[in-house]
Amino acid sequence: MIEKAIVGSRRYYGGLAGLLALIGVGFLCYLWQLQQGLSITGLSRDVSWGLYIAQFTFFVGVAASAVMVVLPYYLHNYKEFGKVTILGEFLAVPAVVMCMLFIVVDMGQPTRVMNVILHPSPRSMMFWDMVSLSGYLLLNLVIGWVTLDCERKSVAPPRWVKPLIYLSIPWAVSIHTVTAFLYAGLPGRHLWLTAILAARFLASAFCAGPALLIILCMIVRKWTRFDPGKQAIQTLAKIVTYAMILNIFFLLLEVFTGFYSQVPGHMHSFVYLFAGLEEHGQFYGALIPWMWSSMALAAVAILLLVNPGTRRNEQTLLVACLAVFGSTWIDKGMGLVVGGFIPNPFETVTEYTPTLPEVGITLMVWGIGGLILTVLYKIAVSVKEEVAA
Amino acid sequence: MGVNRRDFLRIGGMGTLLGLGGAAARELLPPGAALAEEAPQRGEALKAERWAMVVDMRKCLSKVKKDGCRDCALACERAHNIPTPTNPNHALKWIWQEPYENAFPGQHNDYVDEGLRGQPVLVLCNQCDKPPCVRVCPTRATFRRDDGIVMMDYHRCIGCRYCMAACPYGSRSFNFVDPRKYLDPDATDPRFPTRMKGVVEKCNFCAERLAEGLMPACVEVCKDKALIFGDLRDPKSDVRKVLRSRFSVRRKPDLGTHPEIYYVV
Repeated sequence: MIEKAIVGSRRYYGGLAGLLALIGVGFLCYLWQLQQGLSITGLSRDVSWGLYIAQFTFFVGVAASAVMVVLPYYLHNYKEFGKVTILGEFLAVPAVVMCMLFIVVDMGQPTRVMNVILHPSPRSMMFWDMVSLSGYLLLNLVIGWVTLDCERKSVAPPRWVKPLIYLSIPWAVSIHTVTAFLYAGLPGRHLWLTAILAARFLASAFCAGPALLIILCMIVRKWTRFDPGKQAIQTLAKIVTYAMILNIFFLLLEVFTGFYSQVPGHMHSFVYLFAGLEEHGQFYGALIPWMWSSMALAAVAILLLVNPGTRRNEQTLLVACLAVFGSTWIDKGMGLVVGGFIPNPFETVTEYTPTLPEVGITLMVWGIGGLILTVLYKIAVSVKEEVAA
Repeated sequence: MGVNRRDFLRIGGMGTLLGLGGAAARELLPPGAALAEEAPQRGEALKAERWAMVVDMRKCLSKVKKDGCRDCALACERAHNIPTPTNPNHALKWIWQEPYENAFPGQHNDYVDEGLRGQPVLVLCNQCDKPPCVRVCPTRATFRRDDGIVMMDYHRCIGCRYCMAACPYGSRSFNFVDPRKYLDPDATDPRFPTRMKGVVEKCNFCAERLAEGLMPACVEVCKDKALIFGDLRDPKSDVRKVLRSRFSVRRKPDLGTHPEIYYVV
């Protein structure tokens, strides 16, 4: 089946070349970071995690969202998802790889990464994150590959895949829960120290991931002879709608708890993110435009999604999905991670802005994710086209 | 076969050790390294069930007000080869001063003793009994000894900085740059390792000095006896005497980390 990855159209090769170029440029930035240390990033003593970890957090959600097509199809026998399931699983694979790469590029001593396995520490949530992410990667790769191969040969999938598929459902929930636990278990970081964080993560994952899947389905349909089906896209759109509303609802719960109780620690980060903080006559509010953009995008998305007319119209649905993706990418990425570090434990403010090489390295990881996604989707679509013919 | 591989390595290794330890070291090692031999006599290691420190804020403040004293911080920087990178965002801090309101952000009080407002307070790693940094470390590069000292293994640390996110006291620093670039090789103390870029570091209560029977560098250098160090489990220790006689506070005790740096006002 792998041979399908090496025969393609001019556009396919062009796309791969473009991604490789992006990866190349980003890799040069990474070599520079290896040589100079993380000093080339915008990170500091006070904001010790930034763009990389923000991307990591967001893409764990994208990876977990595969369950939103796997669950209806395999547990509820929802036939319409028959064609998109493979696209969901093959989206999870590059998403998990990106997560792992974002952790590695964030490390001060990446050559020591195996210490996590050499000296396993089950007390650390990072250990469990490693276990759950690598397990999830393997599950999706095996399930996706075997079921696709069987489809190509027109035989039923082997029986041992079924238990793996069922296992992948709670496993998807676990990867994002554990990722939330990375943050939610830390004393003194008020924005993160909240029991609802895992629920928030799952809600944002289940809107952002399927939104991306809808966009990808539309691209696949436009550029290939494989059609994932109008009904599948519409059902995904409903999932996105409910999850996005829940996501914003959970955010508002946080706002209520903080601002009605008036406990300073519960308000500070939100005040910084949405209105800025003042300290010694100096105003800090670098993330204000980002956060309000996120909220505006969320409002647009919900309006377009809730209204049946605009949800059924695929053009407006596409706009809504892009808005969902953008809104959650800001809110759950930079908003959550950087917001958690501001104010710092001394209740003073150090702001954070990613540097150019930091953005370059981030684009490298996006490029690698895009490359894996393109190759896997190419294989899946070729098989589907072949079977249909 | 006269000498097998194992013996060969053993003999070679012993020879090297002896060679470095002997007089040859003076010629072989850079000038600063010879300091090792002029170090104070190795004494019996200081031991405790639970090390703790008391900061006498009154004594400390009056000295700082008089001449801007930073003796403890300077002694610590010398003892542990702590560099000062040019970018303050990359600063490495083991013991330093923070304004009172920032050191104790939970103690909001607009009418606090005016002698305290905005005044510098010494802060350092709290050597918590329940350290969140140790809990989160994915490689056990940071760990808690039985005597309560929270230590770092600079060679195991992968630089993920999870401990920095977990520490509610801002007591951990990361080597964003190669620290050796900012150290004067002649002024480097060979008794304590310099670090490499990409690892985290923090105050270690001078574990390396305690092992040689010496008090922590900051405690030793403080002429005004504003820093009191001792065994918290020993009712006759200096720390217990002070804590018995005066009102003390700790930083953010409500977080359940059980900090072991006490402040008497």
